Amino acid sequence: MNSSVIVFPGSNCDRDIAVALEKLEFKNTMVWHKDITLPKSDLIVVPGGFSYGDHLRSGAIAAKSNILNEVIKSANDGCLVLGICNGFQILTETGLLKGVLLRNKNLKFLGKDIYVKTINNNNKFCNKYKQDQVLKFNIAHNEGNYFTSLDHLKELEDKNLIPFKYCDEKGNIKDENNPNGSLNNIAGIFNDKKNILGMMPHPERMVDQMISGDDGINLFKSLLN
Amino acid sequence: MKITNAIVEKHGLKPDEYSKIKELLEREPNLLELGIFSAMWNEHCSYKSSRLHLKNLPTKGKQVIQGPGENAGVIDIGDDDAIIFKIESHNHPSFIEPYQGAATGVGGILRDVFTMGARPIALLNSIHFGSPKHPKTKSLLNGVVSGIGGYGNCIGIPTVAGETKFDSTYNENILVNAMAVGHAKKDKIFYSKAKGLNKSVVYVGSKTGRDGIHGASMASAEFDENSEDKKPTVQVGDPFTEKLLMEACLELMKDKSIISIQDMGAAGLTSSSVEMASKGELGIELNLDKVPCREEGMTPYEMMLSESQERMLIVLENNKEKEAKKIFERWDLDFVIIGKTTNTNNLTLKFKNEIVGEIPIDALASKAPLYDRKWIKTKLPTKKINIKDLKKIKLEDALIKILSSPNESNKSWVSEQFDQLVMTDTAQRSGSDAAIIRIHKKEKAIAVTVDSSANYCKAHPLTGGKQIVCESWRNLISVGAKPIAITNCLNFGNPENSKVMGEFAECLIGLKEACEFLNFPVVSGNVSFYNGTNKKNIDPTPVVGGVGLIQNTKNKINHILKKEGNIILQVGKTFGHLYQSVFFKEIYSITEGPPPEVNLSNEKNNGETVLKLINGNLIASAHDISAGGSILALAEMCLSSRYGLKIEKPTKLSNLMEHYFGEDQGRYLLEIEPKNLEKVIKIIDANNIFNETVATVQKDYFEIIGELKIHINELYKVNNKWYNNY
Repeated sequence: MNSSVIVFPGSNCDRDIAVALEKLEFKNTMVWHKDITLPKSDLIVVPGGFSYGDHLRSGAIAAKSNILNEVIKSANDGCLVLGICNGFQILTETGLLKGVLLRNKNLKFLGKDIYVKTINNNNKFCNKYKQDQVLKFNIAHNEGNYFTSLDHLKELEDKNLIPFKYCDEKGNIKDENNPNGSLNNIAGIFNDKKNILGMMPHPERMVDQMISGDDGINLFKSLLN
Repeated sequence: MKITNAIVEKHGLKPDEYSKIKELLEREPNLLELGIFSAMWNEHCSYKSSRLHLKNLPTKGKQVIQGPGENAGVIDIGDDDAIIFKIESHNHPSFIEPYQGAATGVGGILRDVFTMGARPIALLNSIHFGSPKHPKTKSLLNGVVSGIGGYGNCIGIPTVAGETKFDSTYNENILVNAMAVGHAKKDKIFYSKAKGLNKSVVYVGSKTGRDGIHGASMASAEFDENSEDKKPTVQVGDPFTEKLLMEACLELMKDKSIISIQDMGAAGLTSSSVEMASKGELGIELNLDKVPCREEGMTPYEMMLSESQERMLIVLENNKEKEAKKIFERWDLDFVIIGKTTNTNNLTLKFKNEIVGEIPIDALASKAPLYDRKWIKTKLPTKKINIKDLKKIKLEDALIKILSSPNESNKSWVSEQFDQLVMTDTAQRSGSDAAIIRIHKKEKAIAVTVDSSANYCKAHPLTGGKQIVCESWRNLISVGAKPIAITNCLNFGNPENSKVMGEFAECLIGLKEACEFLNFPVVSGNVSFYNGTNKKNIDPTPVVGGVGLIQNTKNKINHILKKEGNIILQVGKTFGHLYQSVFFKEIYSITEGPPPEVNLSNEKNNGETVLKLINGNLIASAHDISAGGSILALAEMCLSSRYGLKIEKPTKLSNLMEHYFGEDQGRYLLEIEPKNLEKVIKIIDANNIFNETVATVQKDYFEIIGELKIHINELYKVNNKWYNNY
C-alpha cells in the first residue's frame, strides 16, 4: 500500500508516523508542503506537530498550503486520509471534516496516556479492532476539545461517524475520563464517506511494546486489510 | 560620546576593570566597544570568579570525546554513536518573565546541542520555586512550566524528566535549569573553532531585534526592588523558527561545508564571533550593514548586544555559499554573509563604510579578568537534637503529611504539560529514577536524570557536592544504566561574598572527589552566580545532569512493583540519619545539623553490585532511597504500580522514625522473585554489602506490620492532591 506523509514547516510527528508506516510495510513517501503534486497514494497522512508554529490558529495556515489542494482533491476522489492531532486540526480548517478543535478545557497542554473505546469498527481504519475494544493511546495537544453544532453532533452519532471516544480503563465513557472537554467524549471523527479520519490521539506512538505500548498497530493493519 | 563613570557602572564593569580595558586598548573605548567588553567580561560569559575552581574538575575519561569549553560535552556510547549534552540556567530571565524566560532557556540549550551536529532527543529540567505561600510562586510555577512545555512541545523534542522543588530560599530568585541531550555520529561532530583566512562568516536564522540587549549582564547582577524594570532584557522565544533552524543546520551538516558553527546565545553576535575567532586564533571582520534586522534604525551597539533568539553564526568553506543558502531558503530562513575571517586577531566592526569598533580578540577572551576570590570553609554542623525530646508523631501521620507536601507530591501536573513521547523513543518517562531514551533504530538506550540537594549543600557544601553526584549515579544504576558522565549547573549567590564563594569552592571539591572516585567525569556545564535579591543569597544549589548507557533497551528496569509475593531486599546500611531530612523539615521544621555522610567507596561497591544484578536479570524492579528515606521509597514503589507492600518492622534500630525516614546514602530497594532471592543475596554478600529483606509485595495495602495499614488508593489520593488544589 502506498502512503504519503505531508510535511509542513513545524510538523514534528512526521518522522514518527513514517517509522510506524514503514514498520507495517507501507511504501511511504514524505511530501514537502511546497510540492504541487502528490505521488500516487492509497493513504495520505497529515501528521501531528505545530505546522507554522500554530501561528494565527492551529492548522489555519497549513490548510491554505499548495499541497493541501491536492490532498482535498484526492480525498474527494475517495483516497484514505488520516489526520492526527495537528493533522486533525488542519483537516477541520480545510473543511474536509466539520467542527473545530478548541483549547483544552483546563487551558493547558496535555501530554498523557488516555483510553479510548472503539465505537465503530466497521470501516477502513478500525476493522482490526473489536467493537467496543478499549485502547491505550497517547495525547499531546493544546487544542483537542472537539466542538460542533448540535445538528452535526446528532448526525455524527446517528450515522456512526465517531470511531473513538475517550473512556476509562474499563471502557466507561464518563465526563471524568474526558481529558480535553470534547463534546460527547469524541476523540476522532469521520467524514460522511468514512474515507477521512481525524483524531487527536497518536496511534503512531503505540506501535512498540518496549517503548509505550502497541494498541496503535491494528489501526495501520486495518488500513492494509 | 564621552564614557563617564556612570556609563561604566551601568555596564556592570568595576572601575579597575575599566582601567584594564583602557590598558588593553591603549586608548578609551567608544560606547560600542564598552558594550562589547561588558558583554564578554560579565560573570556569565567570562566565568571570571569560577574559572580557577572549575579547572579542578575531572573532565577526561575513556568515553569522553569533548569535555567543557565547547557548546556542549560529547561522550562515546559505542559503535559510531555519540551523545552530546549540557545543562544551562535561565534563572534571572525566568523570574522577570517566567514564560519567555523558561522557554528561551530551553531554546538556548537545544541550540548548544544541535550546533554540534546532534539531533536533540531529550529535554530535562530542574526548577526551584519559592515557598508555595509566597504570593509570586503560583504564577511563576504556571509560567515556567508552560514556558518549558511551550518550547519543547512545539519543536518536537520530548521533555522526559525533571525535578520541581519549593523552598523559601528561592522566594525572590527562582531557578530554571534546562538540559538537552542529543545524538550524533562520532565523525559528524561540529566545533566552534574557526580555521582559515578569508572564509565567509554567515548569519543564519531569525532577524536581530532589540530584545535581550544586555541579558547576560543582567544575569550577572543581583536583583533589587526594580527587577521588574528589567523585562526588556528578557528575550522572546520562537520555537517554530528554532525547529526550522535546527532542520536546516542538520541538513547543512550532512556534507562538509561548515568549518565552525556557534549559536548566538548569551551576548549574541558578540560572543559567537569572538568565541570562534578566539579558538581559531584569528581575527574576524563583520559588516553590520548586512545583519538582518527586525526593526529599522538599529545601531551597531544594539546589533552586537541583542540576544534575539534562534540565530547562528557559521564559518563556511569557500564556494559552499550557494548550496548552503539554498537549504536555508528552503526553510524560509535568513542566510547572509556578514563578514570574513582575518589575520588581524581583531574583532573589526564596519558600519556605513566606517570602522565603528576594533578590539583585539584576546582582550575579550583570554585576557578577560580572572578572580581568585576570597572564600571561607563551612564547618560540619553538630548534632544537637535528641529525637526522644521531640513531640511524638504517629508514623502514619508523618507519612501522610510528607506524601502530601508540595515537594514530595506526585508531579504529573507538571509532566503532563510536556510532550514526553514525541520521537517515539521514550522507553521510560518522568516519575522514574531516570528516564530512558532508545537510540533511534538501535537496541541501545541512554538513561538521563537531573538532581540537586540544596539543603545538604547548604549544611555542608563539601558533603552536599559529593552527594548529588552519588544521587545521579544511583538514579542511573536504578534503571539499569551504566553511568558515563555528567553536566552541571552551578547555581549560587554573590561570589563577592566570601561565604557564598566558599560554598561554591567546597561544593566543587565535593563534586570533584565523587566524580573522580566514581569515574563519572564532568563534560559540560554552566555557572550561575548572583542568584539573590538585596544581598540575600539563595542556598547553594548545584544541579547535576547524569547520562548513562543501557546496552539493550530490553534490559531497562523501573521502580514499578511487578508481582505479588515478590520480596523487597534493601541494599546498604540504615543508620537513621535525620538531620537535613524531609522528615525533620516537614514535621518539625528543623533545618539544622549535618547532611548524611557520603561514603564513596560504599557508593561505588553498592552501585556496581546492583547494576550487575540488574544486568543478570535477577531484579524485577529497583529504586534508590533518597530524600524521605526508605519509607518514602517503598511508598513510591506502591504508588507507581498500585500494588501494596507488607513491611516488616526493624529488629535493630529502636526508633522507627530514624529507621524509616533516615536519609543514609548508598541504599537501594530491589524487588526480587523468591526463586532468585538466594542467588541475589549470595552475590551481595560476596561483595560485603549490608542487605536485609524488608517487605513482601501484596495486594492493595501499604502495611507496616503492627504499625500502619493504608489502602493504596488512599495513599494515591493523598499523594495526588496538592498540585490540583494549589
